[in-house]
Amino acid sequence: MRNSFLSFIKKESLHILRDKVTMLIVMLIPVVLIVLFGFAISTEVNNVNVAVVAPERTDGVVDAVNRIAHNDYFTFCGYIDPDQIDQELRSGKVSAVIVFASDFDRRMEQILTGLPSKPIIQLVVDASNVNTAGASTAYLQEILLGTASQQAMFETRMLFNPQMKSAYNFVPGIMGLIVILVCAMMTSVSIVREKEVGTMEVLLVSPIRPSKIIFSKMIPYFVISCVVLIIILLLSYYLLHVPMSGGVWGIFSLSLLYVLLSLSLGLMVSIVAKTQVMALLISAMVMMVPMLLLSGMLFPIENAPMVFQIFSNIVPARWYVEAIRKMMIQGSPFVAVWKEFTILLGMTVVFLGVSLIKFNDKLE
Amino acid sequence: MRPFIVLLQKELIKIRRDSFLPKLILSFPILIMLISPMLATMDVRNVNVAVVDLDHSTTSNRIISHIKASEYLSLVGATSEFDLAMQRLEEGKVDVIVQIPDHFERDMGVSTPEKISIIANAVNATKGTMGTQYVIQTIAHALVEFRNEKNPNQMSELVTVQNRFNPTLNYRHYMIPALMIIIFVLVCGFLPALSIVEEKEIGTIEQMNVSPVSRFGFTLSKLIPYWAIGIFVLIAAMMIAHLVYGLVPAGSFWVILLGTVLFILTISGFSLTAANFSNTMQQIMFVLFFFIMIFILMSGLLTPIDSMPDWAQTFTLLLPPRYFVDILRSVYLKGTTLSELWQNFVALGSFAVLFNILAAVTYKKQA
Repeated sequence: MRNSFLSFIKKESLHILRDKVTMLIVMLIPVVLIVLFGFAISTEVNNVNVAVVAPERTDGVVDAVNRIAHNDYFTFCGYIDPDQIDQELRSGKVSAVIVFASDFDRRMEQILTGLPSKPIIQLVVDASNVNTAGASTAYLQEILLGTASQQAMFETRMLFNPQMKSAYNFVPGIMGLIVILVCAMMTSVSIVREKEVGTMEVLLVSPIRPSKIIFSKMIPYFVISCVVLIIILLLSYYLLHVPMSGGVWGIFSLSLLYVLLSLSLGLMVSIVAKTQVMALLISAMVMMVPMLLLSGMLFPIENAPMVFQIFSNIVPARWYVEAIRKMMIQGSPFVAVWKEFTILLGMTVVFLGVSLIKFNDKLE
Repeated sequence: MRPFIVLLQKELIKIRRDSFLPKLILSFPILIMLISPMLATMDVRNVNVAVVDLDHSTTSNRIISHIKASEYLSLVGATSEFDLAMQRLEEGKVDVIVQIPDHFERDMGVSTPEKISIIANAVNATKGTMGTQYVIQTIAHALVEFRNEKNPNQMSELVTVQNRFNPTLNYRHYMIPALMIIIFVLVCGFLPALSIVEEKEIGTIEQMNVSPVSRFGFTLSKLIPYWAIGIFVLIAAMMIAHLVYGLVPAGSFWVILLGTVLFILTISGFSLTAANFSNTMQQIMFVLFFFIMIFILMSGLLTPIDSMPDWAQTFTLLLPPRYFVDILRSVYLKGTTLSELWQNFVALGSFAVLFNILAAVTYKKQA
């Protein structure tokens, strides 16, 4: 019995190994995507294009404009006429326009000596992107008013991620998204393809037990995924400089469990689906949406309506991303994520169980 | 012409008779448009704030009540023990700690007081920065109000802000055009390619190869149903955006339609080109998945292109959705006109021509 199981695994492995193109694609895709997104994606507000309307280019105005031009967040795009404001914003050439009062210098002096004053600056902002608008308004006020404002009263500190590198935040999220989809896509065709091609009959009359058919399908993909996982973790550490202060082994074992979960999910889809097209569309296209929107990778879950917050509990990526963030970035030890680990383990058992039951049903 | 019409009929019947595709094509776009605007919000709200109050004065009370009243911040607790607040922050229950120093109120009257410290958990960089900004604004507001009560005319807002194009600062309005594009990419990207590779894998493509149908005719018959579906998606999505989320395009519908047509042509052409190089359905799915992830995550749909490093910004010039994101968002929110967006249209049009020619040229009538 043991022997036939091994030969089944060998058969499945040969299937995969002989299709060199697919194997290369499967190994490359997650690695390339994670590195690419790790470097490229960021939500911090940067390179905001700013234009200035100043009736008189006095010393105070020129000085303020210089401060903006030298700030990393902003790109100064020149002076414009008041009637150009609308057009410049609408065409997207600039995202914010600073309008100085004509007697800016005099009023600024008044303020510095403590006298009351009317508004001296108007900011016209393209608010179609809400976050960019909010952050640039805040930064601009800080730069323009400097010591004259309340800003000087605060001292701020950013913990755990002092350079505000978004890569830290995104690597766990991207891993959570890509690993589950790629792994599910791997196994999602395994059973349904046999059904579609007709070789399923052959498998069914063989003396091997159904559960072993399922496991022999999973094992080669599990090995491939482990290799991919190791590459991803090495690259995140050495190339993207994700701290991983919570311990490499903890992160690795949690990720292994997640791989197992994703493979089981794919298997379940494969058993339920009627055609390969259906299986692939479910595991890639349909599942992509909840994984993207409800995992908390980009969009905070607490922003969603209550119903969907509850629904997000059954999205595996949510738990993985949460746990891996704690371990990779906050440096929590493995014991701190026992809850997430248990939930992911439970989900894996459910997916595998459903696969086995459904598969047995089909046999009868 | 006649064989082509028959071929087209065959494609339509195939989609209709499938047990899964019609349900997917109908429900997927509608569900996404109905639900995801509620989920895809990066609006920073519910920032949990803990106040460490060492001053215990009227001013510090005023600050605390302002934080409590803010719609963006929620007060978790006020304590005088810093360590306790820090512990809560490490547990993830608190996002920002505000520490008001001892004698803050007394010093504020006479000299420059010790600074208020604001400590943020920046694991989530957006929440860290925006949360800090909200806290600063709220406190500044509280202090201005407090001073004005003591001696009116002392201070007033020095800067007025005018938020154009989305005055209510509704994040959903920013995301709805992006979600429409995600649907176009998924539906018109995955489906046409799968239908060709399925024929390859099952073997029915052999019959096509010996039939008198030209390769252009065959390619076109695969594409036309999905173009129609794309237009259906556009209309359904615009109706949902209007009826459910109250978002009406500020610009012309015809500009949106032109952009959408060019974009659907581009994506489906791209999808077919990829299909011509793949032999199994699994392979084509992986290849398309790879590009579609790049399209979705790097075209400025979810995160701004301006935030990317320079090399990545240059790279995005090669991504067709990037131009459509610009078009759809500007027309929808800002009412930008065709002439202001001509560069985007030229780029998108060139991609459409390029990919469709590639798709027809790379399809070979041989096994």
